[in-house]
Amino acid sequence: MPKLNMVQAINFALKEEMKRDDSIVILGEDVGRDGGVFRTTEGLSDEFGAERVIDTPLSESGIIGAAIGMAAYGLRPVAEIQFMGFIYSAIDQIFSHAARIRYRSRGRYTCPMVIRTPYGAGVKALELHSESTEAFFCHMPGIKVVVPSTPYHAKGLLISSIRDPDPVIFLEAMRLYRLIKEDVPEGDYTIPLGKARIVQEGNDVTVISWGSMLHRTLQSVEGYDAEVIDLMTLSPFDEETLLNSVKKTGRVVIVHEAPKTCGFGAELSATIAEDAILYLKAPILRVTGYDVLVPLAKLEDYYLPSVERIRRAIEEVMKF
Amino acid sequence: MAERIIESFQVKRIEILDEKGDADESLMPALSDSDIRRIYELLLLLRTFDDRALKLQREGRLGTYAPILGQEASQVGSAFALEKSDWIFPSYRESGVYIAIGYPIYMILQYWTGDERGLKTPDDLNILPISIPVGTQILHAVGTAMAAKYRKEKTAAITYFGDGGTSKGDFHEGLNMAGVFKLPVIFICQNNQWAISMPRSKQSASKTLAQKAYGYGIEGLQVDGNDVFAVYKATEYALRKARQGEGPTFIECVTYRIADHTTADDATRYRSKEEVETWKAKDPMQRLKLFMEKKGLWTAQYQKEVEEKIKSMIDEAVKTLESIEPPQPREMFTYIYEKLTPRQIKQLKDF
Repeated sequence: MPKLNMVQAINFALKEEMKRDDSIVILGEDVGRDGGVFRTTEGLSDEFGAERVIDTPLSESGIIGAAIGMAAYGLRPVAEIQFMGFIYSAIDQIFSHAARIRYRSRGRYTCPMVIRTPYGAGVKALELHSESTEAFFCHMPGIKVVVPSTPYHAKGLLISSIRDPDPVIFLEAMRLYRLIKEDVPEGDYTIPLGKARIVQEGNDVTVISWGSMLHRTLQSVEGYDAEVIDLMTLSPFDEETLLNSVKKTGRVVIVHEAPKTCGFGAELSATIAEDAILYLKAPILRVTGYDVLVPLAKLEDYYLPSVERIRRAIEEVMKF
Repeated sequence: MAERIIESFQVKRIEILDEKGDADESLMPALSDSDIRRIYELLLLLRTFDDRALKLQREGRLGTYAPILGQEASQVGSAFALEKSDWIFPSYRESGVYIAIGYPIYMILQYWTGDERGLKTPDDLNILPISIPVGTQILHAVGTAMAAKYRKEKTAAITYFGDGGTSKGDFHEGLNMAGVFKLPVIFICQNNQWAISMPRSKQSASKTLAQKAYGYGIEGLQVDGNDVFAVYKATEYALRKARQGEGPTFIECVTYRIADHTTADDATRYRSKEEVETWKAKDPMQRLKLFMEKKGLWTAQYQKEVEEKIKSMIDEAVKTLESIEPPQPREMFTYIYEKLTPRQIKQLKDF
């Protein structure tokens, strides 16, 4: 079994799916000849041609709007937005059309589209190259939000996202692109959307995270009998796995890198409070980015939840 | 070193049928007498529909409605040139396009009563639900044209928007992509002079809207949008080009929104009565009627028969509309995703 990093795993998923289904096309900035600025689409243009791996003008709303028209016509576009911070000009298309076309046309037209975009801080990138605004998209019915945390899961989740009948925002943690190599099977396998995974079982505290923060979470739980959950799909999220774990442990810490206010942790916390408050032994704590704009390189390390901050939160809930 | 002109362009305007009903025979498109009658009947159908929709709205039987009065020739002239296999991407002021391609009239009204089920395009038509955010549908037409090109199918995509739409970013991104990829798209801009209260002159400093196309390497034409023959001819030309792989065309139909922006608007607040009267004199239906009369294609008897036929069609549509059971609350949940989410399933218990 080949050992792949996340970039390679994503590349394999795209390549294998395109071989299987000729309705899949890729479009985005620098995705063709350049193979993507992170090389996730490397070699695909040579293999499938410029008509299927489409280098578009510098046009984020154009990429998503065109992908919607392609999907309505029966293709399965995989659109790339080069960085999550540049997705904002395409939000009109995502919210006003991609999310609504099935509903508005009562199923006559659908939008089986994947929007891949690198997200998150931790690589000392330029301004607006470190955004983690997943909660915006989770708030909008009609779209799904998926965040893989390892190469193995990136491949399986991307294949599921491509085959999904609804639009999926697929967030790829930039920090993880080349950080981890692991066994990634060749060929077809899927990981279902809407299901979380228990990364390690435990009895005293449930620690929930996703994407790149999952790895910091795993470093932080050493020495505790912690159950660690990788949410993987944020919308629609796996309430069942979450609540079952909370009912067992009675303590919850949620870790994400986006700002705290209205971050997705707020939704998780509220859900737990609504459905499992009587099982709780301690307040639900969130360890998140601060309510500030993601700072540039010099201050970035102070912004992201650190092992120390996560451990402090676990200590806190363990006092109860 | 030298200074020289490295690019220049000219914008063509097409006028065929004037207000007196006289047509320039040398420019006349190939339309049979029965085509011309069909076009006239569609214009009349649109006008009768529009009038009935306004009445229904005033009676509280329809919600807010966007009238099409004055723009009938732009909508019928372009839609009449389409093949069944072409894909249409309309804005909210395109009831006439829907009617012209045979979309069930009761469903158009159903949508404006506040019932999404009216947007479910019948299987034999390819028209997307009307787009509410101005200009955003332009990109969908571009994407569909890209898909058709990839599939090597002869489909053309046609999208409708107004003078206001040309100020949107998606207009720029859409025309730019269509030019770059030489796509089979037709951009129909109904320049109806007003974007709610903003006149055309304040929407863009460009002398014509048609000339904007040249900035994207696209051919731009201007037509008299109240001249159904000119609109038809330009669209038919653009479609032929699209099918032959010769790329997109932008057609500016110069017309006028005689009525308010919607039933919630009062246009007397921002424009003069005189201006409206000037445009009423350029009526698209009247000039076709005069033309047909001169050709012996129109008689008072014919008019009476057509009016009766149309009235009964609209009566029938309203009857069907008002016999439809209201949607069930659970229908809010269907079609958000292909399958209900676990949380939606819980929320459905409220109903």
